[in-house]
Amino acid sequence: MLLTIRSLTKTFPGTRALDSVDFDLRAGEVHALLGENGAGKSTLIKCLTGAYQRDEGELTLDGAPISPQSTLEAQELGIGTVYQEVNLLPNLTVAENLTFGRQPTRFGMVDGRAMRRQAEEMLSGYGVDVDVRRDLGTYSVAIQQIVAIARAVTLSGKVLILDEPTASLDSREVAMLFDVVRSLREQGLGIIFISHFLDQVFEISDRVTVLRNGCRVATDDIAGLERLRLIEHMLGHELEDETREGRHAHVPSDPSERTLHFEGVGRRGLIEPFDLSVGRGEVIGLAGLLGSGRTESAEVLFGIKPTQTGTARDENGEIALRNPREAVAAGFGFAPEDRKTDGIVADLSVRENIALALQARRGWARPISRAEQNRLADHYIDRLDIRTSDAEKAVGDLSGGNQQKVVLARWLAMNPRFFILDEPTRGIDVGAHAEILRLIEEVTADGMSILVISSELDELVAVADRVIVVRDRRHVAQLTGAEVETDTIVRAIAAPDADSDEEAA
Amino acid sequence: MPRVIQRVLPQLLTLAALMALVSVFFPDFLEITYSDGRLVGPVIDILKRGAPVALLAIGMTLVIATRGIDLSVGATMAICGACSAWAISAGYGLAGALGFAMLAGLAAGLWNGALVAVFGIQPIVATLILMTAGRGVAQLITEGRILTFNHEGLAFFGSGDILGVPMPTLIWVLLGVLVALLVRRTALGLLIEAIGINRRASTLAGINSRVLLIAVYMASGFCAAWAGIVATADIRGADANNSGLWLELDAILAVVIGGNSLLGGRFSIAASLLGAMIIQTIDTGILLAGFPSEFNLVIKAALVLVILVLQSPNLAPRFARIARRRRGTPAAGKLTTREAGE
Ligand SMILES: Nc1ncnc2c1ncn2[C@@H]1O[C@H](COP(=O)(O)OP(=O)(O)OP(=O)(O)O)[C@@H](O)[C@H]1O
Ligand SMILES: [Mg+2]
Repeated sequence: MLLTIRSLTKTFPGTRALDSVDFDLRAGEVHALLGENGAGKSTLIKCLTGAYQRDEGELTLDGAPISPQSTLEAQELGIGTVYQEVNLLPNLTVAENLTFGRQPTRFGMVDGRAMRRQAEEMLSGYGVDVDVRRDLGTYSVAIQQIVAIARAVTLSGKVLILDEPTASLDSREVAMLFDVVRSLREQGLGIIFISHFLDQVFEISDRVTVLRNGCRVATDDIAGLERLRLIEHMLGHELEDETREGRHAHVPSDPSERTLHFEGVGRRGLIEPFDLSVGRGEVIGLAGLLGSGRTESAEVLFGIKPTQTGTARDENGEIALRNPREAVAAGFGFAPEDRKTDGIVADLSVRENIALALQARRGWARPISRAEQNRLADHYIDRLDIRTSDAEKAVGDLSGGNQQKVVLARWLAMNPRFFILDEPTRGIDVGAHAEILRLIEEVTADGMSILVISSELDELVAVADRVIVVRDRRHVAQLTGAEVETDTIVRAIAAPDADSDEEAA
Repeated sequence: MPRVIQRVLPQLLTLAALMALVSVFFPDFLEITYSDGRLVGPVIDILKRGAPVALLAIGMTLVIATRGIDLSVGATMAICGACSAWAISAGYGLAGALGFAMLAGLAAGLWNGALVAVFGIQPIVATLILMTAGRGVAQLITEGRILTFNHEGLAFFGSGDILGVPMPTLIWVLLGVLVALLVRRTALGLLIEAIGINRRASTLAGINSRVLLIAVYMASGFCAAWAGIVATADIRGADANNSGLWLELDAILAVVIGGNSLLGGRFSIAASLLGAMIIQTIDTGILLAGFPSEFNLVIKAALVLVILVLQSPNLAPRFARIARRRRGTPAAGKLTTREAGE
């Protein structure tokens, strides 16, 4: 056994995050660690690498007891880790981030050229086009994720831990990552893989361990394990319907009844001017590869990068969208892709985070009463099944998926008329995933219009009434009705001249 | 209320310990007498002498909560003091003196706030500009000399008292209470904390962080104006070179001793005010204890170090853990989570 964990226990104030958990990792296996949001997966990893101090439990590596006190010490033992929240330094260059702590030196000084070469080599297996001299912070979450992975892979002599590494990657990048993982497995490394994408788990893993409420409920070989049984292990009950695929009617709104119109909005270098009309209660999907202009479209619509051309208007005339505040005032909401930097306010409580957008819209002089805040918080904790010991817990102390739910709750509490969701289900478990899709149907039935950006095409197919395809910073196609199917979308994304009907929706 | 008490408990304990310590060296320390219609005693003296730092600490708390810092408050104090002395000498009367001083403070804050919020300059650099230039401006106003005045009304703000309580004390207590009420009874406190913790996310949530930032620096300038008024009124003259000299550092220290993080976010004005009183107690205590004056700064530095180490987030949970171990309940530390958050 390469790595063993015996009766690991970890408590936080108000929560027992891990309760006497056992875990074994063999050399040359990919071992998936599964469980609902807040089950304790990330905590297990952090206790293992010394990022958290465990309360009880023994760890052994190659038979010898270990007790790393810090991530650095774990690295020296040969345990490389990619944490769920990328924890690199955004204002250092990519090369510096990759070689940090082990920069090549010449005459006692950092050798810039050697460092760049080394960095480029480290990234070479991932098929990304990155200038290693640029600051890491200027790249998308996906690229940052890949940089973090590349760094961990190089550092891991014996064990590689990947905590939701694929959450922000598209299928091409996932395939590349899996190639790297397979070759490491062949070299005899043990790999721990955490993910909420069960397809990926089935594709790459040899064994799975399932955690529920901090307890280990099962460890099994993946071969012969049924998907539904796995989900049952995770949730503790059966899932009613995993996705609503195929049941959604895909009825685009009647063009004459669309109330919100964007005409020729765009921004040079970000996204070419596009038109968009939205009907009440309509769900529009935005599909495309990473960097194709999906997020940029959302940023223009929400005034984060104000449009240089065109106008937005509704029944009552023109709407100003020069900054997010004006967008919020116009009744727009935006749940961003990168919840850590753009979404949560980590030190504020769950309650305060949920009330924040509504409060901003009301203005500082009209505070939301404490009773009302409590009511909102309790409502959404219950509605979105946010796992927290109470509403006063700091959001930063919640598990990744639960933080995501808080960001969604913040906007739902404001009840926007047009809600832009950028990767809304990132890091969210299967149970909550289905719940959120159901929630989308519910709020749209009440008249809210939604724009969903997602790399998960199944998800788009499950909720969208029509899908707009973005490629090379242009809206190139619109799919409606029966065309809203995974393979049609894939074809429209890939084909230079997609055989789709409407040009530039 | 209990939550407020809980928040300021470390500062209250520190203050009590310091007062006990000073009493050892100077047994009459806690004595307060009532003579000539005014309260007198070392404690009253601390409450009065600490006024400028306490006033500056109010505004500084808000600025630091937004993850900024205002190095210019000492210089702003000098400018505003000079304005009030000039206005009084030029015959604008008391209202004119106070009005000009407050306007100058707000203008200084607007300048700082614009540099930070509109031009995106790092707060420490942005306010450094006024910190260095401000004394020059004050000297221009006083024309390079100590501008003295004879006006009982203005002098009252420095040396007068109401019901035996010194005016400077009343001013900082009143302003502290007003600002605390303003930020806590409205949503301002929450919004300030939010932009201090994550400005980007707050802006995306629709908060007008630019205006809020400017407002916070203006609040700091306003507080500095009152500190300047009190200092000028006290000596019946505006000294552009020395008024408020280095007080920005004491104000920052007061905020830090008050347990507010320089990284922004959660803040407590009450705790900062206690921090200001802690600093003044150290200053006054050293004098009363009768140490040779060359020891003053060393002793002050040592005491501040001890206080900060005792309050440090790396140490507090360790104490808590030891205490818990003694009581036999399982350990869980904020410390470890903080580390992991890096
Ligand atoms: N620093 C912390 N302080 C307090 N509680 C914490 C802290 N970190 C985690 N927890 C709690 O521990 C529990 C387990 O969290 P963990 O992050 O391990 O979940 P997870 O399985 O990784 O979930 P996800 O799939 O959402 O990432 C949660 O209830 C969480 O609120
Ligand atoms: Mg996690």
